Amino acid sequence: MIEVVTPGPMLTVQDAGRFGLRHAGISSAGPMDRPAHALANVLVGNAPTAAALEFAGFGGTFRAHVACRIAVGGTVPLRIDGADMDPARAHRLEAGSTLTLGPMPDAVWGYLAVSGGIDVPPVLGSRSTHLRTGVGGGTLRAGQHLPLGPFDPRAPCLAPFRPLPDRAGRVIRAVPGPQSDLFAPDVVARFFAQTFTVAPARDRMAMTLAGDPLPARHGHDIVSDGTVAGSVQIPGSGQPLVLMAESQTTGGYPKMATVIGADLPRLAQLPTGATFRFAPVTRDAAEDIWAAHCRALARTLHPLRVCIARRRPVSANVQGSP
Amino acid sequence: MAQFRALPCGDQAISFEFADRIDAGVNRRVIALARALKDADLPGVTDCVPTYRALLVRYDPLILRGADLERRVEGLATALPEDSAPGRIWNVPVHYGGEAGMDLHDLAAEKGLTVPELIALHGSVAFRVFMIGFAPGFAYLGGLPDILHTPRLKVPRQRIPAGAVGIGGQQASISSVAGPSGWRFLGATPVRLFDPGQDPAILIAAGDTVRFHAIDADTFAAMAARAAAGDPLLAAEGAA
Repeated sequence: MIEVVTPGPMLTVQDAGRFGLRHAGISSAGPMDRPAHALANVLVGNAPTAAALEFAGFGGTFRAHVACRIAVGGTVPLRIDGADMDPARAHRLEAGSTLTLGPMPDAVWGYLAVSGGIDVPPVLGSRSTHLRTGVGGGTLRAGQHLPLGPFDPRAPCLAPFRPLPDRAGRVIRAVPGPQSDLFAPDVVARFFAQTFTVAPARDRMAMTLAGDPLPARHGHDIVSDGTVAGSVQIPGSGQPLVLMAESQTTGGYPKMATVIGADLPRLAQLPTGATFRFAPVTRDAAEDIWAAHCRALARTLHPLRVCIARRRPVSANVQGSP
Repeated sequence: MAQFRALPCGDQAISFEFADRIDAGVNRRVIALARALKDADLPGVTDCVPTYRALLVRYDPLILRGADLERRVEGLATALPEDSAPGRIWNVPVHYGGEAGMDLHDLAAEKGLTVPELIALHGSVAFRVFMIGFAPGFAYLGGLPDILHTPRLKVPRQRIPAGAVGIGGQQASISSVAGPSGWRFLGATPVRLFDPGQDPAILIAAGDTVRFHAIDADTFAAMAARAAAGDPLLAAEGAA
């Protein structure tokens, strides 16, 4: 069991998400940065899809009630009982230890995975929290105790051989459409030429972008159709809205483009005020990029290195009792 | 016949767009294609979302490429039945007025109707469920009589309860979860359209038919108590 002592903002339980239910109006939820979530999990010996904690900017403080292993996803500063620890590997947490996460200087969404995974009851096949509808609970509060699934207490702490793929660059690739034909060609060209700034209005549902307005030829109302995470809607303001993990399943604004799967986690992690531009790619090219991204992620997640715990080179917990 | 345009939505979804208007015939074809695709059970298809005038299909490009999916869907579309399978029929009880029905009296006055006339009009229609979307189980209903067409509020209200029965533009609705809305509301049903603890979690599907009938406050309270205890309250009539 792990206790939330001081929760950071938007602290939620997220597994890989809730799939196959968009026809019922239920979007997947799940992590904003899926590769970072998966990496945190495998570092503590969990399946990459196990339930972990997601937070925005600052994770907060946690207390372990059992000896367990923890890992963060990405570059989350972490302290155990006041001592700074290496965020690039898993760590052992003794019963009674206190863990502090963040603040993150250069990312938005952070993850804490705990060996065994967060064992809250699944709803509709997933432990992910959908904040807007309350499915799977809400944001976590101080004093909440989170149960853990079964794990091997003697299993080693792990570190990756390789960093997460697709982390560099200030270009976000997107496939034009499905409604780019509702914009004049010069407006479409401007969408792919101009620099956008990540605006403060952002959450797990959508990110808003600031830039030169992008007017549609015949207004910004369409007959509602399906949306996906990555859909770039252009509402009446002309400022793009990019739908994210907790997007609505249908929408009535025209969609200029769709951010490709490989680049969506990187967009999610751009700090407010950051600038970037979109680059067009074809659907076929985007599928190839996705396949390459999945292979690179698998190479990061699979061959993990066993860390030698320097603080406790010989421990009954690590070596087993004679 | 070329029935739709296949529009890529990134690298993991395609929108098969039949038209750009709200039309029962278009919607029937969308839902028929959704059924055909579900029956075909193509490996790599992960989600199939029928909407008013387009079918959004999500796929796993590691298993099925978008170009192949387009070819398969075009093949299925050439063999679609002219008349799709009829949906189910739901007779939904509504307590008109009350806390959730905050616009009932004003709407009746605006339309030059008495409240009983408005209720009778709302209950006289077989509404078509065009799609489920936006929120879990939220049903978009078509077939609202012209006189009841009502623009949305300029400023949405912050909290409309689950079960509220409303009007937005040319459509009617049943709210599935509590939340903000700019629609106008006539009353509430004790029926839960979305209950994650039930199987299925979603009661009504695209292509179904909804009819409303009035119940009084006491019946509403008794049914709401049963719903809270897990009773789905309604069974569908007609073919699935």
